[in-house]
Amino acid sequence: MNAVSGSNLEKVLAAGHFAVTAEVGPPRGPDIQAIKEKGEQVKGVADAFNVTDNQTAVVRMSSIAASKLLLEEGLEPVMQMVCRDRNRIAMQSDLLGAHALGLRNCLCLSGDHQSAGTSGKLKGHPGAKNVFDIDSIQLIAAVKGLRDGVQEGGDTITSPASFFIGAAWTPLGPPEKFRAIRLSKKIAAGADFIQTQAVYDMERFKEAMKRAMDMGLTEKTAILPGIIVPRSAGMLKYMNANVPGIEVPEAMIKRMADASDAKAEGLKIAVELIEMVKELPGAKGVHVQAIEAEHLLRDVIGKAGLLPRPQV
Amino acid sequence: MIFAEWKPVEELVEKLKGRKKILVAGCATCVAECAAGGEKEVDTMAPLISMGLKEKGIDAEITTVMVEKQCEYEFLDDIDAKVKDVDAVLSLACGIGVQAFAEQFPDTPIYPGVNTSGLTVREETGVWASRCAACGDCVLDETFGLCPVARCAKSLMNGPCGGTRKNGKCELNEETDCIWNKIVDRAEARGELETLATVRKTKNWSHARHGGPKKIVREDLKQ
Repeated sequence: MNAVSGSNLEKVLAAGHFAVTAEVGPPRGPDIQAIKEKGEQVKGVADAFNVTDNQTAVVRMSSIAASKLLLEEGLEPVMQMVCRDRNRIAMQSDLLGAHALGLRNCLCLSGDHQSAGTSGKLKGHPGAKNVFDIDSIQLIAAVKGLRDGVQEGGDTITSPASFFIGAAWTPLGPPEKFRAIRLSKKIAAGADFIQTQAVYDMERFKEAMKRAMDMGLTEKTAILPGIIVPRSAGMLKYMNANVPGIEVPEAMIKRMADASDAKAEGLKIAVELIEMVKELPGAKGVHVQAIEAEHLLRDVIGKAGLLPRPQV
Repeated sequence: MIFAEWKPVEELVEKLKGRKKILVAGCATCVAECAAGGEKEVDTMAPLISMGLKEKGIDAEITTVMVEKQCEYEFLDDIDAKVKDVDAVLSLACGIGVQAFAEQFPDTPIYPGVNTSGLTVREETGVWASRCAACGDCVLDETFGLCPVARCAKSLMNGPCGGTRKNGKCELNEETDCIWNKIVDRAEARGELETLATVRKTKNWSHARHGGPKKIVREDLKQ
C-alpha cells in the first residue's frame, strides 16, 4: 500500500503495527465541551477514532464538525459518512470541506434506515425522506475518485483530496455466502481498511476470515475486527437476538450471567477477544467499542497489551 | 398495477363539509383490482360520506359513477352531464386518474379519496407488495428478476447492507424480506453468484422523477 493520505492510521498500518481504532459518538447537541471531554478520556488509547454520522438515524452533531473538534484536541478522527442523508453532490462537497479541515480518514457506510431513529424514548424522524443516491460501495469509489482528482461525474478537482478509505464488513450476516464477495467489491472500489461488525463468536469469524484470506483479500486491505466490550448478559442476549450480523455463543452469555461482577467479566472477555484477534491470521488491527462507556477503553486496550500506541 | 388505498373517511368528511352535491367517482382498472376504487368500494364509500356529513348536520346529496378508466380523457367525456350537476367530486381513482379528471373538468373541485402509493403485485388475496419504483433504468436482468430499487429499503445496488436479520428479513421490520438475500439465493441456485461480484456504478436517476417531470414523446405514434 503506497502512502496516500498521510493519516496516522495509514502510517501505523504501513509500518506494520497492529492498529487500534475506537469510537467517539458526537453529542445530541452543539456542546464542544462534551466532545472535548470524551476526547480527553480516550486520547492515546487508539491510533484513530471513528466519529459516527447520525448513527441509528438520531440527529447528532455532524461527523465533520465533531471530527474537526477531536483533531484540535490532538486525536485523529475517522470521519464516518453514510449514504442515507446526502446525495453525491453534497457528499463530495463535504469530503472536500473535510479534507480542507485536515480530516484524512473516511469510513463509507450505507447508514441505518431513518426508521431506526424511533426507538426507546426518542421520536426520531421516521417521516424523513432518505436519499441513497449512491450506495456505500459507490461512495468508496467516489472518495477514491477525489483522491485521484476526479469527481464522480467525471469533472476534475483543483487538487486531489487524499483520504485513507475505510469500509465496514458484516461477515456473519446473511447471506453469509455473499459477504466475502461483498467485501471484495469494497476492496475493488478502493477500501484501504475494513472495520467489522462486532465479533463474539471467534470460531465462526475465523472461518469467515479464512474465506477472505483464500480470496486474497487480506493482502489487499487492512481488516480490523470489531470488538464491543460486553457490559451484561442482557446486553449480549439483546445483541445476539436483535443486532444483524452479531452472533454471541450461548456459553459466553452464560459466563456473563454467572459472573458475580458482570462488568469486570465483560472487560475480561473483551481483553480475551482482542488477544485472539492479535493472533488471527489476516487481522491487521482491532476496532474496539465501549458503547456509552468510553472510559473503559483505556483499561481494555491496555490490558490487551496494546498501549502505548506507536508514534509513527 | 398501481396500488391505492382509502384515505380515512373522517378526513374526507372533514374536507367535504360545505359541499351540497357530491359525486363519488370510481375507476374500473387498477384501483378496482386493489379494492380501493371499484364499483363495490364506490357503493361502500358513498353512504359512509353521507352518514359522516349527516353527523355534522349536513344534508348532502351523494351520487355515484363508475368510469372505465379515469386516466383516459375519452372515458371522462361520457360523464360530462353527471359532473356538471354536482359541486364537488370525490374520486377514488389513483393520482393519475384524479389529475385527468381535474384537467377534463377544471371548474369542478375534485378531492382524492385514496392515497396512491406504488406499483405492486397482488401476492395473495388481500396482500399487495411493491415491485417497481419506475426508476426508468431497469436492471432486473442483472438481479435475477428481483428489483433492488423498489424492494431494498435503501435501494442498494451492490448487495445487502449489514442489516440483514438472521432469518433473511430486512432491518426495517420482520415482515419485509431482504431482497438482496433473495437475489443472492437465486444467483446461487443458478450457479451465477459470481455475476454479483462486479461493482455496479452509480445509477443515473435522471430517468426517474429526479430528472424533472417526465414527458415521453413517441414520434412514430403521434398524430
